[in-house]
Amino acid sequence: MFNQLTQRLNSSLRKLKSKGTIAARDVEAFVRELRLSLLEADVALSVVDEFCQVVLEQGLELQKSSTLNPAQQLTRIVHHELLAVLGGVTTSLTFSKRPPTVVLLVGLQGAGKTTLAGKLALYLKKQGHTPLLVAADLQRPNAVNQLEKVAELAGVKIFAPEPGNGKGNPIKVAKAAVKFAEQKVHDIVIIDTAGRLAIDKELMKEVREIRDTTSAHQVLFVIDAMTGQDAVVTADAFMQQVGFDGIVLSKLDGDARGGAALSVKRVTGKPILFASIGEKLTDFEVFHPDRMASRILDMGDMQTLIEKSEDVLDEEQKQRFQDKLESGEEFNLEDFLEQMNALKNMGPLSKVLSMLPGAGAMKGQLDQIDDDEMKRTAAIIQSMTPGERRDPKILNASRRLRIAKGSGMQVSDVNSLVDRFTQAAKVMKQMAQGKVPAGVGLPQMPARGKQKSSPPKKKKSKSGNPAKRAAEERGESITLPNEFKNLLKD
Amino acid sequence: MDFGVIGIALGILLIIGLFFGSRKQGGSQSSPKRKGLVTGIGAQLRSINAEKNQVLEDIHDILIMADVGIEASEAIISDLKKTEPTFENLRAVLKARLMQHADNYLNSAPLQVILVVGVNGVGKTTSVGKLAHYLSKQGKKVVLAAGDTFRAAAVEQLKTWAERSGVHVVVGSNEADPASVAFEGATYAKNHNADVLIVDTAGRLHTKTNLMEELSKVKRVIEKHAHVTDVLLVLDATTGQNGVVQAKTFSEAVDVTGLIITKLDGSAKGGVIFAIQKVLDVPIKFVGNGEGLDDFAIFQPETFIDELLA
Repeated sequence: MFNQLTQRLNSSLRKLKSKGTIAARDVEAFVRELRLSLLEADVALSVVDEFCQVVLEQGLELQKSSTLNPAQQLTRIVHHELLAVLGGVTTSLTFSKRPPTVVLLVGLQGAGKTTLAGKLALYLKKQGHTPLLVAADLQRPNAVNQLEKVAELAGVKIFAPEPGNGKGNPIKVAKAAVKFAEQKVHDIVIIDTAGRLAIDKELMKEVREIRDTTSAHQVLFVIDAMTGQDAVVTADAFMQQVGFDGIVLSKLDGDARGGAALSVKRVTGKPILFASIGEKLTDFEVFHPDRMASRILDMGDMQTLIEKSEDVLDEEQKQRFQDKLESGEEFNLEDFLEQMNALKNMGPLSKVLSMLPGAGAMKGQLDQIDDDEMKRTAAIIQSMTPGERRDPKILNASRRLRIAKGSGMQVSDVNSLVDRFTQAAKVMKQMAQGKVPAGVGLPQMPARGKQKSSPPKKKKSKSGNPAKRAAEERGESITLPNEFKNLLKD
Repeated sequence: MDFGVIGIALGILLIIGLFFGSRKQGGSQSSPKRKGLVTGIGAQLRSINAEKNQVLEDIHDILIMADVGIEASEAIISDLKKTEPTFENLRAVLKARLMQHADNYLNSAPLQVILVVGVNGVGKTTSVGKLAHYLSKQGKKVVLAAGDTFRAAAVEQLKTWAERSGVHVVVGSNEADPASVAFEGATYAKNHNADVLIVDTAGRLHTKTNLMEELSKVKRVIEKHAHVTDVLLVLDATTGQNGVVQAKTFSEAVDVTGLIITKLDGSAKGGVIFAIQKVLDVPIKFVGNGEGLDDFAIFQPETFIDELLA
């Protein structure tokens, strides 16, 4: 989603990482890159100029103080500004004191209002509400049928007295819907309206009337995350002519650089409440500005990860894992296999892992992880005896050959698995003991394929930690984002 | 948040992250080096007088705000520098860039087969409806294939459009595979001596590899029966720089032969087509500018540019 923006910002930050001090021209060069990154990400020009001005001013301040790590300081400034632009805190939908709460969805054609109506209904239903969907898009051919199907999928009631396709009056439908909801005790009414252009005076008037006649409690502006510079124009026009209380970003699952997200909040001052991230009705998330800012800067999104892993592990697994962490016992391949299986339930591996701090640097590798890779890895481990899984050190040449044959893989695959696992377990153990190695953000390890000329087997290095060693070799030191460290300390 | 949960999350993810992150792989992940666009232009700008610079900067901003994108804007500015930065010259420069790709004609064949593709919500079904009407008005016998078997009520939406212009729609069974609907459409069109078959497809984000693969399959399956003469990518004028990636990815999957730019009746300028045409030689064929059956026209570079600069 924000990958492109992330990658560009990080590459310009990396240039500064080797520097101990920072000169004015470094800051200026960085801000120029930042400006390009933001523009390429479709952030509105006015927002970009403002953003860059702040970063430039604060960046230049860095010169005066003898800052130890200028790159890190600049990241902090950009992160802080991003957070400010994205809205700071997570905002949730508010409900009317006197039910039903009327939620009105507005936006351009094709923004994704109808799909979103279903997603929102399902989300609210899961929270114990009894939402009613209202088909007030009587313009687009078969929008009413689409909403009917969406309602059926979400398992919620729909109010659709008019056939649509140009027939019926959306204002009357909306008004009748609120009455209907009062009678049938629906506590939330979600009104899907026709897409309309902000320059269409007639239709803007219509939606104002819907707003007034239903005393809509929350007007939500739905906007496609792929929108370009027009996002601010349209958002501003809807703000002026209809007014809205919150923003919903749709189609955030593509590779849109999401500049619209940054601009719209800034220009209208209204919070982004939700993000819609796929075609399934469950592909819907509460929007967290802090997490998004961290994601943009590749600082990971641990919070979401933790929540996700909460869901997929049972109590016994959690307990066992915790014991191991506390006792400082080594992780073995049996644990690894179990974890891999648990992870499968958290969604596509590459997506899950991309929330880890530093994941952007290994995007190339992550993108290529597929289920087959996991299957092959599992096959190798499953071909080991329980003893071997618990203590991979006993794996000698003949055992490795047997395992390779058993799993239909090459001995080199087995070797690679054992080596990589040993490294990973070592880092894990150090982290569990609170010795956070400086070199670990998530493995900023270079792609191994590119290192063919490097010595084949383990060589003595200053650092026993592979990630740190790799970092040392590249002459840079990566520091673990603070939120990550704090999590470990808790 | 207690230590256990965090430990678990970190443990699992770190181990697996470290494990897979360090695995051998041949693919390059180095990002292409950026040319020093800004500094380069900056140096050139300094040599010209300040007033002219200001004009050029203003033009640059206008282009950026119209979604033309950085690279294409720089290229346009650099064209403009060869002359005086007047409004007329700017128009000429923009026009020259679009005219290189002006091509309003669809390929002709005994049976023209037009595949319409694009991401979600850009207006594919609407464009199919309008294109059908446009071609029927020219006396062609048009058949539609309802290949969007995914989105709720998409088939009904297409039927409504078909009724409006009086053309036949081939509908597969409800959960039919889009490739088979397209194939049925091709069969029907042949048997009924139609001149044109227009195949609607489900909106798909270009990042979904499996859906892009499905699209290639739809095309391959039709090809067994009839030659696909045109693949039209529908692009929403409000789209920003993401439009470039969309155009590239769809072209890789199904060899796009032309673009339809929709929603040009709004405040969006659709400037991303300059960015697209900088990397891809795909002409713009039609524009959609309203919700009515006739709000559809052949792309006119002059009109487009006037609107962009308005």
